[in-house]
Amino acid sequence: MRGKHLLQLLLAALLLVAGACGGETQDTTTQPETTAAPTSPTTQATTTTAATTTTASPTTTAAEPTTTAAPTTTEAPTTTTTVAPTTSTTEAPAFPVTVAGVVIPERPAAIVSLSPTATEMLFAVGAGDQVIAVDEFSNYPPEAPVTELSGFRPNLEAIAAYGPDLVVMSGNPEEIASGLEALGIPVLIHEAALSLDDAYRQMRQTGAATGHSGAAEQLVASIQDEIAGLVDRYADPGLGLTFYHEISDTFFSATSSTFIGTVYGLFGLENIADAADPDGYGYPQLSAEYILEADPDIIFYGCAIWCGTSADSISERPGWDELQAVRNGYLFEVDDDISSRWGPRLIEFVRLIGQTLQTLSEAG
Amino acid sequence: MLAVLLGAVLAGITVGPAGIGPGQVINELLGAGLAGRPSTLSSIQQAIIWEIRLPRVALGGLVGGLLSLAGASYQGVFRNPLADPYLLGVAAGGGLGATVVIALVPGAGSSLLPLAAFVGASVAVALTYAVGRSMGGRSAVSLILAGVAVAAFFTAVQTYILQRNADTIRQVYSWILGLLATTGWREVLVLVPYAVVCGAGLVLHRRLLDVMSVGDEEVDSLGISALRVRTTVVVLATLATAAAVAVSGLIGFVGIVIPHTIRLLVGVSYRSLIPISAVAGAAFLILADLAARTVASPAELPIGVITAFVGAPFFMVVLRTSRRYVA
Repeated sequence: MRGKHLLQLLLAALLLVAGACGGETQDTTTQPETTAAPTSPTTQATTTTAATTTTASPTTTAAEPTTTAAPTTTEAPTTTTTVAPTTSTTEAPAFPVTVAGVVIPERPAAIVSLSPTATEMLFAVGAGDQVIAVDEFSNYPPEAPVTELSGFRPNLEAIAAYGPDLVVMSGNPEEIASGLEALGIPVLIHEAALSLDDAYRQMRQTGAATGHSGAAEQLVASIQDEIAGLVDRYADPGLGLTFYHEISDTFFSATSSTFIGTVYGLFGLENIADAADPDGYGYPQLSAEYILEADPDIIFYGCAIWCGTSADSISERPGWDELQAVRNGYLFEVDDDISSRWGPRLIEFVRLIGQTLQTLSEAG
Repeated sequence: MLAVLLGAVLAGITVGPAGIGPGQVINELLGAGLAGRPSTLSSIQQAIIWEIRLPRVALGGLVGGLLSLAGASYQGVFRNPLADPYLLGVAAGGGLGATVVIALVPGAGSSLLPLAAFVGASVAVALTYAVGRSMGGRSAVSLILAGVAVAAFFTAVQTYILQRNADTIRQVYSWILGLLATTGWREVLVLVPYAVVCGAGLVLHRRLLDVMSVGDEEVDSLGISALRVRTTVVVLATLATAAAVAVSGLIGFVGIVIPHTIRLLVGVSYRSLIPISAVAGAAFLILADLAARTVASPAELPIGVITAFVGAPFFMVVLRTSRRYVA
């Protein structure tokens, strides 16, 4: 293991030097890959297509057969600890798999996650045992091996030093993916989800890439079921309630075109931020004046942890005591981390909105 | 100039994303506000006028006035038409001071921020002045270069602190962006004492700045220590900048654009330059904030974007016309 470590570091250094000298590093991808993973005969040239990974939806269906090919994953999605190492041998025939255009030669045993959402997905599909390091903001689940690694300013050497055989990250900050692929490390990139379907697709991809397709399928199905139930019970577009979702205490909000907005949209709530975003950027900053005039029925504040926002601090803002939502006490905290991640805990976000609507309908 | 300020104040109060007509607003201000007649507006509309627009206009006026007052004073005391709170590194120093407080003192109140910003700003301006002098006396260029270097260094330290304290980034950023978006009367009240003390102090020194523009010896010949005058003015101007920066975030170019424009209009005498700059700066920032609120309405633009948009091209023109000072 240490030898592999050193070899990869050496290769990284070599490639960096080669890159600095103006050499085209892209073509050398296959070389370190074969040295790092000698058991992979099907190293296709598709590994470098980092930018196109998310849009390559056909590849997920191509990876579907792995579900049937690995019937041994009969555990419930939550029993992550019972996945004995021996299952890896029984699932081995499923690999290599191609997930979102990325070839993963064998079942990953050393995964580095640079995205809090990806970390939650990995643990939820039962790949927690395979995760060796996660970025500094991956604070859930508690057993995640948090490190100093940064997902915003990723450091190629620091990641490579863990000797990962799969890196999962959000977006491709600083074009780090090509550097990792040059080291022969497969990189699964999750772009920010824009819809529930994006989130489900990423959960399935996470399962397929780690040898837990069955569990991922169950996870998605259970989330879909529960959301459908909650929406059935509480959605009532006839109420015509308006809401304001506050991302930060400087009045940044999210429109219906964002993932957050989609979730509210399930319940037929009307988003006051929509009118403030003619260009469809998704996250406009509203003015206090605009919010006051829109006079939303409900305020969801999503910055309790990071900004220290509370129902009291909202009520004390100049002029806000005139708002319907403040007068009626319809101020609801949304956990910053849960609303900003499109992972398995998304169901908690949906549940919160459902419960809120129930509270409101009981209050009349 | 007072008429311009009055116009800016009126525009600032009557124009905004919420559709309240100018007539309604004036009726509300004069009728309900001053004469005590019952208001014709809804309670939300009243809140928008009294709790959102009025404090914003007041704060914009105070910040703009303080920044251009400080700019004019620095220019006098350093005998340098390019001296500006930003170019001297004052703002960067103030930003670092505030960042340190936000990062290291959890739950620090907003009243502590001006003080921390003042400490940081003082260190920066002292450093700029010392480095500038050691580089070659009173050359305008050496002072500006020193300011650039000091500002770059302070900004680097600030960035480092932010990197090490990822959880405070959000708070610091929303402050750096220079937003008056969340302003209320509380911020205005925090700033008023600084504005009164610095404003009065600097205005009282305006005649001495005129004398000083001739030479330190002239000041000393009046029986007043030139060093003491210089120190007092620098301290007051730094405090004014720091207080403004602390409540409003980093708003650039006001301190150089306004005094220069006024100098072109009324001449170089600090006797009129100092007070008129303050009034004009107030009017300018109120209008800039109005633009920030309405250009991208109903979304909001950082006010620093507006001032830089107007200020940066202006600064280039000033550089061109003021070659005779610099050379």
